[in-house]
Amino acid sequence: MIFEGLNLTIKRGEITALMGPSGTGKTTLLRLITRQLVPQQGTIWVNGVDIATLDLASLYQLRQRFGMLFQNGALLTDLSVFENVAFPLREHTKLTGRLIRHVVLTKLHAVGLRGAADMMPAQLSGGMARRVALARAMVMDPEILIYDEPFAGLDPISMGVIVRLVRRMNDALGITSIVVSHDVAEISTVADRSYLISGGKVAASGSPDELRTATSELVRQFMHGMADGPVAFHFDAPDYAEQLLGRGTE
Amino acid sequence: MQQTRSVEIGTGLFVMLGMSALFFLATQATGGEGFSSTETYEVEAYFENVGSLKSKAPVSMSGVTIGRVTSVSFDAQSLEAKVTFVIDSQYDQIPDDSDASILTSGLLGSQYIGLQAGGSDIFLEDGSEILFTQSALVLENLIGKFLVNAGSDGDE
Amino acid sequence: MRELIRDIYGTIFEFVRTFGAFQLFFLRLLRYSPKILIGRPGLVIKQIYNTGALSLVIIMVCGFFVGGVLALQGYASLAKFNAEDAVGTVVALALIKELGPVITALLFAGRAGTALSSEIGLMKATDQLSAMEMMAVNPVRRVLVPRFLGGVVSMPLLAAIFSCTGLFGAHVVAVGLLEVDVGAFWQQMRLTVTMSDINEGIFKSVVFGVVASLLAVWEGYNAIPTAEGVGRATTRTVVITAISVLILDFMITTVFL
Repeated sequence: MIFEGLNLTIKRGEITALMGPSGTGKTTLLRLITRQLVPQQGTIWVNGVDIATLDLASLYQLRQRFGMLFQNGALLTDLSVFENVAFPLREHTKLTGRLIRHVVLTKLHAVGLRGAADMMPAQLSGGMARRVALARAMVMDPEILIYDEPFAGLDPISMGVIVRLVRRMNDALGITSIVVSHDVAEISTVADRSYLISGGKVAASGSPDELRTATSELVRQFMHGMADGPVAFHFDAPDYAEQLLGRGTE
Repeated sequence: MQQTRSVEIGTGLFVMLGMSALFFLATQATGGEGFSSTETYEVEAYFENVGSLKSKAPVSMSGVTIGRVTSVSFDAQSLEAKVTFVIDSQYDQIPDDSDASILTSGLLGSQYIGLQAGGSDIFLEDGSEILFTQSALVLENLIGKFLVNAGSDGDE
Repeated sequence: MRELIRDIYGTIFEFVRTFGAFQLFFLRLLRYSPKILIGRPGLVIKQIYNTGALSLVIIMVCGFFVGGVLALQGYASLAKFNAEDAVGTVVALALIKELGPVITALLFAGRAGTALSSEIGLMKATDQLSAMEMMAVNPVRRVLVPRFLGGVVSMPLLAAIFSCTGLFGAHVVAVGLLEVDVGAFWQQMRLTVTMSDINEGIFKSVVFGVVASLLAVWEGYNAIPTAEGVGRATTRTVVITAISVLILDFMITTVFL
């Protein structure tokens, strides 16, 4: 059982942040929202449709309205940057080569990587790969963009670039964004609304400022990065002194 | 695009090589069925013993394959083996008193039917029967004969 | 004791379940195959290149030496019966009916099969397959089917090339080294090798092609998406393919004889 009594609403046109300690199932939640997993109980409504009831064809139709940025970009390694971005177009549309080229270059330009069109994913740095993946997630003009840990493992400059891109995509295109992250500082600068998930339920919600000033122990521990608190530093273990002194049963 | 082209060329070469290898095997390594004519006529013959003759064995005359065995069966009435074979229609002037014998190619080779021309003016045609036949040599019988002969030699 | 029985029962149950899942997976690939073959031939061609054209060197080198050693051994044994001329026959039959398809399948498992499983396993580990799912592209159709078809097409061609280079190797050894008469070498071969021998070889290599590609794709697709899991899937591909190919070879031969 990963979630219990979890209830959250994501508003259209906003940037919603899902935060929480590692291992609380944030990625699982994303997979549930996109129905890569089906919940054992409960329902997930997207645009007023219970997605568990969709058949494969309508699910794929729904997914075309989703864009998702995976943790490490998940670029297709055997295709060039250009072909990666063009991939959804080639699979789903019958656009001519010229039109595809036009669209792809526009999207690559938006993330500042038009010059890298001919490179292979293996030649890209982590930040660049994520920007290409963002361009690819954008190429079908989705209504909902989902980011899984977009800031993890990036240097400050790349991180700043991604933060700005997230904001700009959202505002310029009126997209609904869902960002999973535990980088409190970065996410606070872009999110309209944040949910803190812990122990299988929503521990706190509100705007970044509300969260920062919240009085709950857990929220304070998470937002300020304290080592010990409700989320214990020590994993469950028998009594320290007792174990060291070798008493009790072996 | 350069990359796609080299993939296409590589694949093309590979498939062509594979096809020609198959073609080579089918034409150069096999010869058993050099006979593949569609215009044929059927002839039958009865043998006392066909040895290990099987259908698809070649029928040859003067060493040239002119036909192929289509079936080998046992005839319950004459208590002999009935062999049916087809001959290419272009060889339509084979005398009907020719004789058929079952021969072996090489010491351990497979068996085939050899035709020896006769002198008749009437030729074989569809449904004819070859009357003069010579059975396959069965090694055990030969050895048996040899032993009997050797034994009788000793008696003298 | 009761636990032992439960364990055995569990193992058998798990085996049957996996086997069933494997069959369903095969049917799923087959169902998508015609559409991909007609609609997206480019994808298949790329995989024929990856599995077939890139395996050419290893297949030809191995074929040459296998043919050569067969000629050496065959000659040594046949010489005892004064039947050296039959060396062509022996080599050709061995290559066309058995060693061509079987060794090609084993080499294929080692060269192309492992490449397929690790590639697919890595795509899974790096979320590429999930990313396709999210782009509303069915990864079974887009990734697995072309790779499967590429393998199926490549295998018979590779086996034929193997047999041919093998015959060439045997020719070089027998005629060049052992001084068997060229005419006798080829003539004896032609007299005994029939089209049905070749058909048997082709049939085998098609079956092996299906099995080897299917196993490679299956293992990759079901790999545990970690570095270790992918490594293990690769090993399993080789082991299971080798076992299946040899068992199937035995079964097919029994049917053909």
